[in-house]
Amino acid sequence: MTAGVSEPATVAEGVWTDVVGQVAAVRTLDRAVRAASVPGPGPGGMTHAWLITGPPGSGRSTAARSFAAALQCARQGCGECHECRTALTGAHPDVTLLATEHVFLRVEDVRPLVSVAQQRPSLGRWRVIVIEDADRLNDTSGNLLLKAVEEPPPRTVWVLCAPSPDDVLVTIRSRCRHVGLRIPPAADVSALLQRRHGVDPAIAAFAARAAGSHVGMARRLAVDENARIRRREVLRLPERLTSVGNAVLAAADLMKVATEEAKSATTERDAAERADLLRSLGAEGATSLPPAVRAQVRQLEENQKRRATRAQRDVLDRSLIDVLSLFRDVLVVQFGAEVELVNAELGEDVERLARASAPEDTVRRMDAIGRARRRIAANVAPLLAVEALMVELRFVRAR
Amino acid sequence: MAATTGRSAGRTGGTRGSTSSARGSTVKRATTVLPEDLSPAPVVLVVGGESLFAERATAALVRRAREADPEVSIEHLEAAGYESGQLELLTSPSLFGGGTVVLVNGVEAANDAFATAATRYLSAPTAGACVVLRHSGGQRARGLLEAARKTGAPEVSCQPITKDDEKVDFAANEFRLLGRKASPQAVRALVDAVGSDLRELAAACGQLAQDTSADGDGRIEADVVEQRFGGRVEVTGFRVADAAVAGRADQALSLLRHALATGADPVPLVAALAAKVRALAKVSTVGRARGADVAADLGMAPWQVDRARRELAGWSDPGLADAIRAVAQADAAVKGGGRDPVYAVERAVLTIAHARAT
Ligand SMILES: [Zn+2]
Repeated sequence: MTAGVSEPATVAEGVWTDVVGQVAAVRTLDRAVRAASVPGPGPGGMTHAWLITGPPGSGRSTAARSFAAALQCARQGCGECHECRTALTGAHPDVTLLATEHVFLRVEDVRPLVSVAQQRPSLGRWRVIVIEDADRLNDTSGNLLLKAVEEPPPRTVWVLCAPSPDDVLVTIRSRCRHVGLRIPPAADVSALLQRRHGVDPAIAAFAARAAGSHVGMARRLAVDENARIRRREVLRLPERLTSVGNAVLAAADLMKVATEEAKSATTERDAAERADLLRSLGAEGATSLPPAVRAQVRQLEENQKRRATRAQRDVLDRSLIDVLSLFRDVLVVQFGAEVELVNAELGEDVERLARASAPEDTVRRMDAIGRARRRIAANVAPLLAVEALMVELRFVRAR
Repeated sequence: MAATTGRSAGRTGGTRGSTSSARGSTVKRATTVLPEDLSPAPVVLVVGGESLFAERATAALVRRAREADPEVSIEHLEAAGYESGQLELLTSPSLFGGGTVVLVNGVEAANDAFATAATRYLSAPTAGACVVLRHSGGQRARGLLEAARKTGAPEVSCQPITKDDEKVDFAANEFRLLGRKASPQAVRALVDAVGSDLRELAAACGQLAQDTSADGDGRIEADVVEQRFGGRVEVTGFRVADAAVAGRADQALSLLRHALATGADPVPLVAALAAKVRALAKVSTVGRARGADVAADLGMAPWQVDRARRELAGWSDPGLADAIRAVAQADAAVKGGGRDPVYAVERAVLTIAHARAT
């Protein structure tokens, strides 16, 4: 081995701490960082385009940021130095993060990255560009990116993230080294919640299980009591579905819960972004804004509105997954399977629902949830899709 | 003319900007007036983005000025391209007597020369002159507005109307100004049809008042609105939905085909069906309770509750379930999930019409 290449760190340390339950992926990325840190003029055999994939909540963007930080760090990702910390938050001058709230990444989103990619790193070791939603590239923006990825300057690294390799244009995918993330084990998510957020072990275990190991959702459930209350409200909905009228009212309630949840998730971030923008424009605390500043603020507000719409859809989908988990539990009870219930704390409700219906009804209901999720993803009016779902979930005594 | 009674009625109905600021007014600026009530004063403020209100205010003011003095001269100035001395010249007492109204446009973009001249004029206005400052919003030249307010200048607020409820108030007030009555359903239908543009809404009110007879109680009803503005997709959607939930399959289908043939977008048509069926389903939960008592809980207007209750006759729970399923399926189809979206909407309409008997 060449001098200067140290032994791989025990995984899940330093900058990798928050990449939960991804032993194999972290090992791959960490090895690449160490190989690339060989001193000398050359890039040391670094792969210039990476594709990190994994299901929602598996921590794709955390992994990408950690990778970016480790590449900048003199100690290959200590997690403590200035390089590591700024890279993780996206404040490092040589790390560029692109996330979008749009349905598509547009040419005008990608073009600035392509020109940044041509520049040598200003103070770090690498110029790292992370695209968090590479599945949203369309043909034109994808082709533009392709040209940049094909012939990268020696010190540029692209990191693309997407739910699965199939979601990324094949021309781009074929030029990337692929790293797959899995759904992390609930125990690892629970441990993260305890370590990072000081969450009580019982609540951490509940949150990890209830969120289906979706790290962001689990964190929200663990630290926000209101989120737990809202989830409980959602899971209580099936009990109320005794008539079509009640089903339609329940659908309205579910939409309201989703809207509140999305709002609580975005409000704080919206305000912080606005303050940041005003500060960067030198208009902090100004009572009246000059027109140029106002235009930028308006642009930001439009983006935030789009993000809120997307957040509401995401939260709604999450709620439907919660309801799905309830009926999966019902099915488990109906089949008498010896499997731990996702919603163990709602054992009585689950029992009641199991007794009131046959397994084939439960399967039909689970299918209806899947259909509603597909419809919402396909842009059906969310309220209408949820109304139709609640109608199917209804417990009809005789039909 | 009926306008006199209309104007006093307008005070209670009011437009949003004027009523709210009148209520919140302080001694210093107890001078907010409705557009149609504006009369000449040394300085007059017309502030806000809705140009319809501003035009009305200016027209009313000019009319009154001419009533008082048929020889009055009306002058126009642009505050952005103002050249020193113009204001002084226009407002200086004329050798031949007679007053002047100076309409200053674009105060929000005033140059320094105008700001200086206007401030000077505020401290020593000319007898017989009236300077109208038109400011269409934003923070620029706010200082000038504040200074004018301190002198007690009358102000017309021309804030744009955005909420549907306020548009309904506006349209109802328009009919009052025209000396006509319209049913709440008619006003609502009109706002649905043409409410996206206030000027168009005002024009539609005028057209309806002109086209319909004021004989009898002379009330303008929703069916007339739908006749005149029925080509608009929003109204068409609701007509299709009305016919469908009433079980009139043939009528619903022919209305739908007509709408689609004349280029209506199927997406709002489906949304109208969804809204209708949703209203029926919600109201099915409240039994015989009074519309006014349950409306808020259901997120509906009392008249919507009462109407849905009438329409609910003949509907059963399974029928409602079939209707909701069909509408959701149609929405998926028109959003690109089906091969033949038109067929999907037709099917939904027929399913609803037949579900009523189920
Ligand atoms: Zn470090």
